[in-house]
Amino acid sequence: MEPMYTQTKEDNPVSAIRERILRNTAKNRIVDKIFSFLVALFSIVMLIPLVAILVFIAYKGLSHIHIGLFIHDERNGGILNAIIGSLMMVLMASVIAVPISVLTGLYLSENKNSRAADVVRNIVDVLQGIPSIILGIVAYLWLVVPFKSFSAFSGSFALSIMMMPIIIKNTEESLIRVPDSLREAGYALGIPRYLVMLQVVIPAGISGITTGVLLSVSRILGETAPLLFTAFGSRDLSFNLAKPAEALPPLIYKYATSPVNEWIDTAWAASFLLVLAVLALNIITGILTKKWKINY
Amino acid sequence: MNNYSNKEKVKGGRAKPGFSAQKKEVGNREAYQALDFSADKKNLRKVGNSIFSGAVGFSVLFISVLILLMLFSLFMTSFPAIKASGFSILTGMEWHPESGKFGGWPFIVGTLMTSALALLISLPFSLAISLALGEYYKTGIISTIISSSIQLLAGIPSIIYGTWGLFVIVPIVQKIQMGMADKGIIPFGLSIITASVVLAIMIIPYSASLARDVILQVPQDLKEAGYSLGGTRFAVIRRVILPYSMTGIFAGEVLAFGRALGETMAVAMVVGNLRKVPANIFSPGATIASVIASEYNEASPLHAAALTELGLILFLITIIFSFAGRYIINKRSIK
Repeated sequence: MEPMYTQTKEDNPVSAIRERILRNTAKNRIVDKIFSFLVALFSIVMLIPLVAILVFIAYKGLSHIHIGLFIHDERNGGILNAIIGSLMMVLMASVIAVPISVLTGLYLSENKNSRAADVVRNIVDVLQGIPSIILGIVAYLWLVVPFKSFSAFSGSFALSIMMMPIIIKNTEESLIRVPDSLREAGYALGIPRYLVMLQVVIPAGISGITTGVLLSVSRILGETAPLLFTAFGSRDLSFNLAKPAEALPPLIYKYATSPVNEWIDTAWAASFLLVLAVLALNIITGILTKKWKINY
Repeated sequence: MNNYSNKEKVKGGRAKPGFSAQKKEVGNREAYQALDFSADKKNLRKVGNSIFSGAVGFSVLFISVLILLMLFSLFMTSFPAIKASGFSILTGMEWHPESGKFGGWPFIVGTLMTSALALLISLPFSLAISLALGEYYKTGIISTIISSSIQLLAGIPSIIYGTWGLFVIVPIVQKIQMGMADKGIIPFGLSIITASVVLAIMIIPYSASLARDVILQVPQDLKEAGYSLGGTRFAVIRRVILPYSMTGIFAGEVLAFGRALGETMAVAMVVGNLRKVPANIFSPGATIASVIASEYNEASPLHAAALTELGLILFLITIIFSFAGRYIINKRSIK
C-alpha cells in the first residue's frame, strides 16, 4: 500500500524533498539548531505560569490558612459551610451521574459497531463541549424555577451532566478492552446476560470506570459557573439538598472579587485548599490508572 | 427455552466430584448456582434481564434526549426576547436592560475576540510542546516533566486561573496600559487582552495534547525516509511531520477554540464586564458567558430571556465548533 504522504507540488515528492533539504546544508543545520532551541524555549516558558500559579497560591494560601476556617461557617469567618456544600453536591452529582454513565458506556462497548451507538457517541461528544454556564441555565430552568427555590440539588444536577461524558468515555474505553472470551465463558455457563454484564464485564473494567469517576469528580470540584444560579450560595452550614448551599469555587469567586481585604485572604486560603484537593485527586487517579492497568 | 429444561444433566454436572477445579475456582460455584434452572430462577433470569436492559435503555435514552431537551427549553425560555426584539440580539450594538435594549453584538465580538486572541497566543506554545513531546523528547525525564506539568495545568480549576489572573496578570497589563495612556487607554488592567492571556494558558494543555497525539501517529518510516535523504530534524518536521499532521493539529485548534468560547469564570473575572464593543484589545469588554454569569441572577423576566437567548447562541456556536473539529478528525482517520 502507498503510505499516506503529503505530496509537494512537484510530481516526484522524493526528489523534490531531497533537493530542498540537501540544498545549502550548513544553513539548514543552523536553522535546525535554532528551531530546536525555540521548541525547547517555548516548552520551558510554558512551565512558568504553572510554577507561578502553584507558588503564588501556595504562598498566599498557606499564609492565610488557619484552623478557624475549618470549624466555622461564613457567618463566623470560616468556610466550613462551603467545604461541606462542595462535598455534598459532588457526592449527589456522582450518585446521579455514575449509574447512568456506566450503563451508557456499557451499551456503547457492547454495541460498538451499531449505528445507534455512533449517534450516542456523537451526542456524548457534544455534551462534553457544552459550556458549563449553559448547564447552569438549564438546571436553573428545570429545577430552580419549578420549585421556586435555589437548591443544592439543582447544582448537583448541573454538575452531574458535566460528569457524564467523562465517565461514559472512560467506561466505554475500558469495557471495550474486556475480551469477548470472558463474556462467552459467562454465557457458556448459562449465566443470564445481566449477570454477565454486572459480575463479569463491569468488574473486569472497573479500573477504567473508577478512573473516569475520579477524573470527573476532579473536574466538577472546581466548577463555579453551573452553581451560580442553582446552588446560589448561603452563609450558613446546611446539609439540606433542597436548600441553597455554598461551595468552594463560588465562595472564591465571591471573596476574590470583593473589596474587603480579609475576604480576599480567605479566598486565597480557599483557593489553596481547592487546588490541593483537585491536584491530589488527579495524582491519585494517575497512580491508580498505572497500578490497576490490566492488559488482556 | 429448550436448553434450560435439561435440569438433570446440569445437576449431574454439578455433583461430579472428580473435577479438580472444584477447590481452586470457588467462583465457579456462583456460575453453577446460576444454572439452577428451577422455575423461579428462570423467572429471575427473565426479570433480571429485562430490568437490566430497561436500565441501560433508560440511560442511553436520557443521554440522547438531554441535548434536545436543553435546546428546547432554552428556546422556549428565550422566546419572549426573540418575539420582543427579533434579530437585534445578534446585531444590536446597545445592551441596556434597564431601557429594554438587548443588543448582543458587543458580547459576540468580545467572545470571538478573546477566543481568537487566546488561540493566537497559545499557538506557538502548544505547537512547541506537541513537537517536544511527539518528536524531540518522546521518553525520558524532560518528557515526563513537560507532560506532567501539562496535566497539572489542565487540572487547575478555571476559578483559580481567574483569581490568579486578577491578582497577577491584571497589574501587569495595568502597567502596560499606563505606558499607553496618551492613546486614550484607561489603565483598568481588566481588558480583552488580559482575558486572552488567561484563556491562552488554559487552552494550551488541551490543544497541545491533541496535537501531540497526532504527531505521534506520523509513521516512523516516513520520518526515517526524510532523515535518510540527509534532512535535518527541522527539515523532517517541516516537510514530513507537519504536512502529515496538519489537519489533526488544525482540528485540535478548532476544538480548543470551541472550548475557549464557552469559558466563563476566568474570563468573567478579568475581562471587565463592560457592555460595549471593545475599541481595541486593551479596552475592557464582555463575553457571552461572562455577561450571563454576572447578570442572570438579578435579571427581570425579559432580561433573563434575552440572556438565555445569548446562551442559546453560545450553545449553538460551540456545538458547531465541536462538530467541525470532530468531523475533521474523523475524516482524517478514515483514510
